[in-house]
Order: sequence, then C-alpha cells, then structure tokens
Amino acid sequence: MPHAGRWQVNEMKSVLVIGGGIAGIQSSLDLANRGYHIYLVEREPSIGGHMALLDKTFPTNDCSMCILAPKMNECNAHPNIDILSYSEVMDLSGNAGDFTARVQRKARYINEEKCTGCGDCTARCPSKVPNEYNGNLDKRKSIFLPYPQAVPRVMTIDREHCIYLTKGKCGNCKKVCNAGAVDYEQKDTFVDLNVAAVIVATGFDMFDPTHMQEYGYGKYANVITAMEYERMICASGPTGGHLETAPDKEHPGKIAFIQCVGSRDLQHNPYCCSVCCMHAIKESILAREHYEDIKPYIFYTDLRAVGKGFEEYAVRGEKEYGIKYIRGRPGQIIEDASTKKLTVWYDDTVNRKVKGLEVDMAVLCTSLIPAKGSDKLAAILDIELDEYGLYKSRDELTAPLDTRRPGVFIAGYCQSPKDIPESVAQGSGAAARATEVAGGAYI
Amino acid sequence: MKDEPRIGVFVCHCGTNIGGYVDVPSVVEYARTLVGVVHVERNTYTCADDGLTAIKKAIKDHNLNRVIVASCTPRTHAPLFRSAVADAGLNPYLFELVNIREHCSWVHMKEKEAATQKAKDLIRMGVARTALLEPQEEIRISVTPSALVIGGGIAGMTAALSIANQGFKVDIVEKDSEMGGMLRYLNDLYPGGRKASLVMDEFIGKVKNHPKIEVHTSSTIKKVDGYIGNFTVSVQNEKVPLDIKTGIIVVATGADEFKPVNLYGYSGSGNVLTELELEERLKNGSLQKLDSAVFIQCVGSRGEGRSYCSRICCNVAIKNSKLLKQTFPEADINILHNGIHAYGTYEKMYREAQELGVGFRKYSKEKPPEVTVDGERMRVKLYHELMGREIEYTPDIIVLSTPLIPHPENGDLSRMLKVPLGQDGFFLEAHVKLRPVDFATDGIFLCGSARAPADIIESINQGYSAASRAAIPLMNGYVQAEAITAVVDETKCIGCGYCASICPYRAASMNEKTVIAEEVTYLTKKSYINPVLCKGCGTCAAGCPAGAITPNHFTLPQIMATIKAFQQPGAYIYDRIKA
Repeated sequence: MPHAGRWQVNEMKSVLVIGGGIAGIQSSLDLANRGYHIYLVEREPSIGGHMALLDKTFPTNDCSMCILAPKMNECNAHPNIDILSYSEVMDLSGNAGDFTARVQRKARYINEEKCTGCGDCTARCPSKVPNEYNGNLDKRKSIFLPYPQAVPRVMTIDREHCIYLTKGKCGNCKKVCNAGAVDYEQKDTFVDLNVAAVIVATGFDMFDPTHMQEYGYGKYANVITAMEYERMICASGPTGGHLETAPDKEHPGKIAFIQCVGSRDLQHNPYCCSVCCMHAIKESILAREHYEDIKPYIFYTDLRAVGKGFEEYAVRGEKEYGIKYIRGRPGQIIEDASTKKLTVWYDDTVNRKVKGLEVDMAVLCTSLIPAKGSDKLAAILDIELDEYGLYKSRDELTAPLDTRRPGVFIAGYCQSPKDIPESVAQGSGAAARATEVAGGAYI
Repeated sequence: MKDEPRIGVFVCHCGTNIGGYVDVPSVVEYARTLVGVVHVERNTYTCADDGLTAIKKAIKDHNLNRVIVASCTPRTHAPLFRSAVADAGLNPYLFELVNIREHCSWVHMKEKEAATQKAKDLIRMGVARTALLEPQEEIRISVTPSALVIGGGIAGMTAALSIANQGFKVDIVEKDSEMGGMLRYLNDLYPGGRKASLVMDEFIGKVKNHPKIEVHTSSTIKKVDGYIGNFTVSVQNEKVPLDIKTGIIVVATGADEFKPVNLYGYSGSGNVLTELELEERLKNGSLQKLDSAVFIQCVGSRGEGRSYCSRICCNVAIKNSKLLKQTFPEADINILHNGIHAYGTYEKMYREAQELGVGFRKYSKEKPPEVTVDGERMRVKLYHELMGREIEYTPDIIVLSTPLIPHPENGDLSRMLKVPLGQDGFFLEAHVKLRPVDFATDGIFLCGSARAPADIIESINQGYSAASRAAIPLMNGYVQAEAITAVVDETKCIGCGYCASICPYRAASMNEKTVIAEEVTYLTKKSYINPVLCKGCGTCAAGCPAGAITPNHFTLPQIMATIKAFQQPGAYIYDRIKA
C-alpha cells in the first residue's frame, strides 16, 4: 500500500511515460514504487485508456473499471508521479540517461489547481456533443469529465464545440464556477522535462467500419461496434446496462458477433488483433447474464482462445451460456427497413451452404489499429514503425521492448497486438529496461 | 483506543452499480441513527478523486477517528481507502470496508427493498465492529539485495540479466548440466528464422560474463525457508549442498513437451514425430528426403483431460512447415488443424506458409484425423469439412503438435515455495489480469512457460516483467509487512503445539520458556508467531484449544459485536454490546 513519502531514494531519476493506459500505468507505478520520478503524459483529459471504457474483462469477468480505478488513483496519489494529462510530446533531444522532452500542455481552459471537479459547470453547459467516451451513444457537454472516475478529476473544455470559444457567447461555466477555475484565455504551454529514459505506451485506436458497406454500419440502427456494445452493456454506460435495439428499445433476442472486421484483411489490417475472439465470447456471456433469453452467435474465422484459461472460457460460453459458434465470415448484412431486423448472410462451411440468419443486433468486432498520430510520434522520438504502423522493436525476437533509439522503450499494444495481462507484463518489463538504462551502470 | 468512537460512514452509489438497486439516501439516513456515527455522506464514486477528497475533508472537519466506506470489495479497493485515511493522519487500520455491492446490490438486483434493508444491516454490523477497531502498525523488513532465479531457460536468463543490470547479485539455479532450457532442443525460431543455438549462445554468453550473476548448473532446490527479503534456499548439486540467502525468488522453470504415446501411431520411434523430434531432425540434418509430411494440431490438448490451448503449437507448426517447404519445394506439406491460432502479427507467417504452398486442412473435433501405421507405410485419413468427404495422405513423416505440459516437479516446488498451481498444473499468478508475473506470496515472481505456454518473445517479455517486479523491493531495501497478524497470549498458551502444526505459512513455532509461577520455576513451551511470516489468516486462532491466539484486527470482541449487531437491530447496538 503506497503512502505519501514512503518511497524515497537519494538521487531521484526521472522517466517519461507516454500514454496512460494500463501498460503506461503499470510502467509508471513499477518505476515510482522503486523511487523513480515519473512524468506520465496522456493525450486525453484522463488516464485510463481503453480499459476504462470496457465493462468486464475476460476470462474472469472482473469489472474492468473496478480493477483499473485503484491503479489510476494510485498514480494520482503517488508522490513520485506527475500526471500531465491533455498533453503531447513534441520533441525529444539528448541521449539515453539524459533526454530533454518538450511537452505541449494543451489548453483545457481550466486552472487545474483550482478545479475541484464538482460538475456545477457541466450542469449549466448548454452545448451537447456526441460522447466519444460512451461510444457516441449519448451526449456529453462541451465542458466535461470523460467519466466519473477520471484521473485527474479536472474539467476540460472542448474548444471545438464550446459556444463561448467558438462564438464568444454563453460563458455559463465561468459564471457558475465557485472555484474560479474557468479560464477562457488559457493558452497551450510547453514544458521541458529532463528524463533518463522514455517508455512509449500509446495503445491503439478502433477501426471505423463505416466504409465497409457490406455490414451497413452507420446505416442500419442495429449494427454497432463492439466498443459501443461494451458501453451499452456497462451498468454505468448510457443505457444503464440495457441492450437496446431499434425501433422499440427492446433487448435483442438474437445477437450476431462478427469477428475480424477490418483485421486479418489485406485490404485493411492484415494482422490478427489477438483479443476480439475473447471479447466477443465475454460480451456474449454478459448478454446472457443480463437477459436469459438472448441467443448469441459468434461468426469467427478461427476462434483464437490462446491465453491462459481462454479455451476453457470459450467452451464454457458454448456449454453454459448457449453461444453458437459459426465458422465463416459473413459477406453481407441486410436490414428489413420496417422491423429493423437484420439478416446476416454467411457461408456455412460445415454444411457447405450459403445461409441467412435473422438477428436483432449485429456487433462488429472491429480491428484494433495503430493509435492515431503514431507516425508523428515515431518521427519525434526517432523510432521506427513496422509494416503495420506499430512501433518497431530493435530486435523483434530478442529485444522486443527496445527501439532503435537507446533509452526509448515500447510497451503494450503499440508494440504488437496483445491483451491486458500481456500489456501489464510489458509495462513492467519496459520499467525494468528503463531502470537498467537510468541506473547507468549497464546499458 | 480509549476515546469514544467518532465514525464517518461514506456510502457509495458506484454509479448505478449500487445506486440502481439500493436506496442509498435511505441507507444514509439510517446510518445517521447508529451510535458512534457522527458523519454520513454519499458519493457517486467514493473511489474517485472527489470521493477520496471528501473522506479526507470529513476526517478533519468532523474529527473522525474511524472511517467506514460502504461500497465494493476490499480486495481491490481497501488499499486505496486506507491510504486516503492515512493521508488524513488516521491510522489506516481504523478503516473498514463494508461490501454492499458484491455482497448486496449485485446479487439482489431484482429486489430493491430487501437489498436496501440488507445494506443497512451490513452497515450496522460494520459500525459495531469498527467502533472496536484498534490502530495497527506495519512492520518494516529489510531486504537482502540479491535474487535467486530458478531455471536457466530464456525467461530465467532474461530475468537474471535484467535484475543484474539493475545492480543486484543474481544466482541462477538450473537443474540440467547446461543453461538454455527449451532453446537447446530447437532448430530455428519464429519470427525471423534465426538459429536457436545462436540466440541461446548469445544469452548464455551474457549471463556467464556478467559479474553479478552466478550460475549453479546440475542443481535442484531442496528447501526454501524464510520470507520476502530474507529467503534461505537450500540447493543440492553434484558436489556439495549450498544455502543461498536471497531477497526474492523468480520461478522460471519452463514446461515439457507432451509425448503422445499411443495417439496417432506415436511410439517414440519411427516416423511419427513430435514437434521437438522434428526440430532435432532438422537440426542434425538427418531429414534428407521428403515427399510428403502431415502435421496434426491439438494432439493431447483442447479436449478431455487437457482442456487448454497450448498457444504456441500452431505457430511452431507453421514455422516448421515453411522450413520443410523451403527445403523440399516439391514436397506435399499439410497441416490438419482445428482452427489456426496464428494470433497477432504471426498472421503474416501463416500467410507466407500458404503462399509457399503449405496446405491447411480443417478437421472438426467430432471427426479427428485417423492414422494407421503399417511398418514403413503410414496413412492419414481426414474428413475434409469444406469438401464434405474423406481424403487420404500417405506421408513420409507425421508431425504431432502436442502441448507444453507442466513439469512433474511443479508440485514439489509449489509446496516448497508455498505458491499455488492452477488446475492445469502450471503455476498460478496472483491476478490473471493485472498481476501476471506476481505470486500472491510476496517476494516470489513468475515468468515464461512455467506460468502458461509462451514462445520466445513472450518469455523474454515476462522475464523483464518479473525482473521489474522483483527489483522493486531490492531497490527500496525494505518492504512493509502485513499488519494484520496473530498474537499469542502466553499466559493462556498451554504449549500444545497445535498452532505450529496447522499454520499454512509456517509462521507459528514453539519456543522453550522458563515460567515462574507461585515460586515454582519450570521449563515449558510457548507458541511464537513470527509476524513477518504470518498472513493473518486466523487458522491458528480458530484451532487453539486454549483460546490463547488472537488475530489482530479480527479479535473475538470485534467478531462478536458484528454478530450481535446482526441479531439485535436497532440504533443503540454499540451501547448494548458495551453493556
């Protein structure tokens, strides 16, 4: 249990961690707990990454936020960790052991010292914006916290949508803020950080399947992505954990999960994302735990349940939760315009027939692609990208955590597709490599 | 504590997780009526930053000397709340977590009234117990600045090198005469196709030349004593037994390949091979000619008896099939599989094998391939799912992709280290999601195929990971031990020794004591519980026939108060118990 001031070393070295998802959080805590000072730079207003948006986790069905939030708060409370949220690294000069990183602190139009995160401003903000933290299923305000467990608990004004910043009118948030934290004049600032090593843990983004017309995403109301499904099935999500389908908000009777949307696909993303088979099984199990009468179908290419306890989870999904696994990649989804029901057309490779399955909801398990801006960050850090746009290891076999630039390490999905425990393991591993370098004795 | 309890209760909505099924405002009002409670509030998420700030503020504003959070499980959240309480200057053990989520709202989602009543009952019981809590002090233990790594394979060597590079002495204990582990038996490695021997030599060279690493080959672990920071490991080698003192231990013992005797015509000789036996033939160049080869996947895995997927075998088969096809371009190479698990970027290797002309043929679990061996002649029958009929191969070699299985010695090692094995016989980590290389036992870590089948990259990743986790106590030079331990009242102890026989952590032992009673001096035995080893499980206290052992933080009065509060609802529970 960490206590303020418990971890002390005589000469405090600093390490820069870029990305506050679970891998970056693990790197930060491992290093901070051994006495290093951490600058944790996160592009979004809150640390937490994608794990903060998930409902449960496979194969134990642990609530994702419940196991993540303590780690986020541990970062926040740790005397050795400075979280620089809503910030991006713009430059890295120097060498291993003595880097200077220039970090842009984007104007959030809020004085972080003063803001208490009370939410009075949000209540009075008239501007409504699709809520990207809820899969755009509901609206958030222009002055917002991404979610209640956000770390740091500081508001951010979305400069693209704020009525005051775009049109010079409104100003409600400033009027109601008792803490005097709203500052429309705030400008982007830059800070230079002296660090001994850098860990890059920028994760991934979700593939947008809109242009894959065969599945009708964006056109058919009941075709959603797995990330949207996660928010919908989550008790703290926009529907309070209820699965809703058009037109009558009834819960679906049959759900089809379509695997490999945009992945294992030479036109889009050639690699396998490593996690989608498992999250589809989990999401099917959750559907059945919410509603006993749901029938989940998973259309898979290969059902890759390769981690510890995964195969057993897949079998349990079939035997105890009635998941029907269908080997085949659906070619098309057709909507009945009046009932909004969907027909999934697929090759039944066992019976060698083209078949249609009528379902109430189709969930596209979309590809996890390199995070937006990875190429720019690679150029800034002078590290390489691989053929997929992920960060390239110095030696993919024997030095997976190293990059071509000594002292700059990579961890998590941004290095190669992987799940949460593997990201945690690499987060720790990169901390070990950073310690070796920062220690200076052996590089 | 003599001062009157001033208890603050924080009831968490947990969004709708609790708030949706429990009437939180009414619970709050009820909690105000409980004796000893001076402050009650509710939070949307008590674990969020504003919730923690509210706790700290209330401790100051209301001069609280006890805190209750009624929310979720202490397994994930107790450390966070304790640390908030400590930040506000209160002893962290004057905090109690009442679980009204897992124990209440989540299991009573369809009965809001009953759930609300149960939440009130749980909080009342918590208040009764909390009034009697006493401050506890954590013990600081110094840490021997060195590590012991069990297993000299790729995972163990990586962990050892990283710990040594972080500045600590490392002993590697390897049961074989040479280091290298599974690498010694492999031909080439994926991805990239580098020779296993080159990679192995590079790592062994670094290990042997490292001034801080000492290697003990042909050595096995005989006994493990001690605890985090202060282990003594007895090692037996050919020459002399050796006691190694170490601060932490890394388990990197790897796994074995399953030998599929009596499956698919495998006998251990002939041309039905396991992947490792194929690697050996490729390595020593004894495979000179090949017209046809068939690989069969999932032999001995993903079925009855051994239910898990061994993760790496599809990739191993793809790697070897590519090499066979490159070496014998005319040969007919087919992989019979039940799903090709070339996860992540290994997809590329799968595609390359297809482009080279390796055939991938799916079989179904219900109709696995059949092999008949008749002297030199071998036949493989496959029901081809896509074609809907049976096809036959007459290969020169049949390669069976069998799973990695746990070492038979895992059981002994797990007992010596007091760390668990999972149902599959592999070592079981502390938390499958967030603590993949930690054991629940402090100071012992895990990496590589000892945890679950892992390939070279994954073993290296985990080796570094274990090195990071292990280096934390080594670099700090101390750890804080559990404050919740059992204590012996020597005046009550009758010296029977039962506690020492049942303690799962070997924390209880019998010490000789000289006792003077009514002017008679005599020698007797009294129980002693080492607070560093004690995990506070309470087994000894439950077993002690004399009632001489009390677990701190779970004393008899505290437990009785909790039970009485359940039996006797009402606002004055605390007063009644005192009376």
